[in-house]
Amino acid sequence: MPGASKSKLAQVLRAVAPPLILLVVLLSLWQFSVWWFDLKPFLVPSPVRVASAAVSTFGKLATATKVSAAAALSGFAASLIAGVVIAFFFSQSRLIRISCYPYAIFLQTVPIVAIAPLVINWFGSGFRSIVIITFVISLFPIITSTTTGMLTVDPELLDLFRLNRASRWQIWLKLRLPNAVPHLITGARTSSGLSVVGALVGEYFAGFGVNNYGLGFLIGRNTSQMRTDELFAAVIASTLLGITIFGAVSIVGAFILNRWYDAK
Amino acid sequence: MSYSDALPSLADVDLSVAKGEFVSIVGPSGCGKSTLLRLVAGLRTATSGQLTVDGDEPGRSQTRAAFVFQEPNLLPWRTVAGNVRLPLELDRTSEASNNASSKADSQALVERTIQLVGLSPEDAAKRPSELSGGMRMRVSLARALVTDPDIMLLDEPFAALDDILRQQLNEELQRLWWSKRWTGLFVTHNVSEAVFLSQRVLVMSRVPGTILKSVDVPFDFPRTPELRADPEFARLTGIVSGHLRSAANLAGGNIAGAEVSAAEGSA
Repeated sequence: MPGASKSKLAQVLRAVAPPLILLVVLLSLWQFSVWWFDLKPFLVPSPVRVASAAVSTFGKLATATKVSAAAALSGFAASLIAGVVIAFFFSQSRLIRISCYPYAIFLQTVPIVAIAPLVINWFGSGFRSIVIITFVISLFPIITSTTTGMLTVDPELLDLFRLNRASRWQIWLKLRLPNAVPHLITGARTSSGLSVVGALVGEYFAGFGVNNYGLGFLIGRNTSQMRTDELFAAVIASTLLGITIFGAVSIVGAFILNRWYDAK
Repeated sequence: MSYSDALPSLADVDLSVAKGEFVSIVGPSGCGKSTLLRLVAGLRTATSGQLTVDGDEPGRSQTRAAFVFQEPNLLPWRTVAGNVRLPLELDRTSEASNNASSKADSQALVERTIQLVGLSPEDAAKRPSELSGGMRMRVSLARALVTDPDIMLLDEPFAALDDILRQQLNEELQRLWWSKRWTGLFVTHNVSEAVFLSQRVLVMSRVPGTILKSVDVPFDFPRTPELRADPEFARLTGIVSGHLRSAANLAGGNIAGAEVSAAEGSA
């Protein structure tokens, strides 16, 4: 139906056009201000200058983005697995839960910039350390959301399982775990965003290698060398990486919720 | 029998239900009807008193009890067939023989049970979210029936449905009971439903939660929808309603004369 698709296109346009127009206005204003106030490029580079820096260093940026993405995704994946395993133990014993919870909160509240140098001291200035830092920062939201999901089970459903003489393991596998999935998805969305932060902070401290570095290292080096245009380009690449990972996790999550959980 | 844990407590409930009997329990909210069902199911334990199911402690005995809740309580991540299959999956005694033939057997049993409660085979693959309230309750019934229970404990299963749907499901429940003759304990607020389904209606009072009256319902089985238009049916519902009113007044503290006037008023 061309009419329907046309109106859908109009809908998309109505949603996308205003922020795009604002972007163009802001970029023009920025470009104009740099010229009008004669701002030095090492302080504020113009949008055109940033764009040309992005194009000329594209290979470097792409490699750094790939390295950061690999670290972020590895840490995120590890936090997903470990988070669900920890939530399993938390859901099985109140004693374990109340004993461990304060330390889980400690893990969450200690600033990542404070532990990052320590992790690098212990595990060396390399990919492994970055993944561990990413893992640490992504873990907590997974633990809390998944534990909540495993504990907030409808009491009548628990009765139903008990009436059918289900084992503890069956109750966990067939009731608590599937019940926790929507919560886990919420936690995973938060963690996916944090994982990029973790990777960049880790790389900022660790660096690792002249030829094999991530965006965090690139940002640190560009800052110290006053290459502000390249710094801007690296910041934009970091943002795009964050949006991509967060968006991908959100899309997968929405698909799972729609398919199995009657999400409205 | 008394019970305390923020749940309605029961006092001096003296009740015996014969094998294969269908008994309804009516009573004001908070009189402990649901607690009684959960005690029989072995989901709660009484603090004092004695309760036996087939001569054994509830939950301990070999008797298979199935529970139907007021909410369908279906698992949204499972299909209709998956929900009905759940009790079979949880039954670890049969899981020991979890070979291909027993899997095919349980598959056939699930399909049969789904059709037994009036759902079509195409519904088996649907998700609970695709079903109406009445259909969800049918799935919930199928999930209880699939285990071939000795006792069915039904806790206001049709309370959320509109009247016509409720009547239809009453007729089907009655048909299902008549064909298998499991022991049925049915809790409801609806007097007409209780009379239609049961051989005996128990009226409970609140504070103390106890059985006030037992009314025999002598109609033959299988019962047809026309029964509801029978003057005798109206008379029995009137009697039960009268008892129910006096049970409610008892709870409110207004005891004197309540039973007589209420019974006369509605009979």
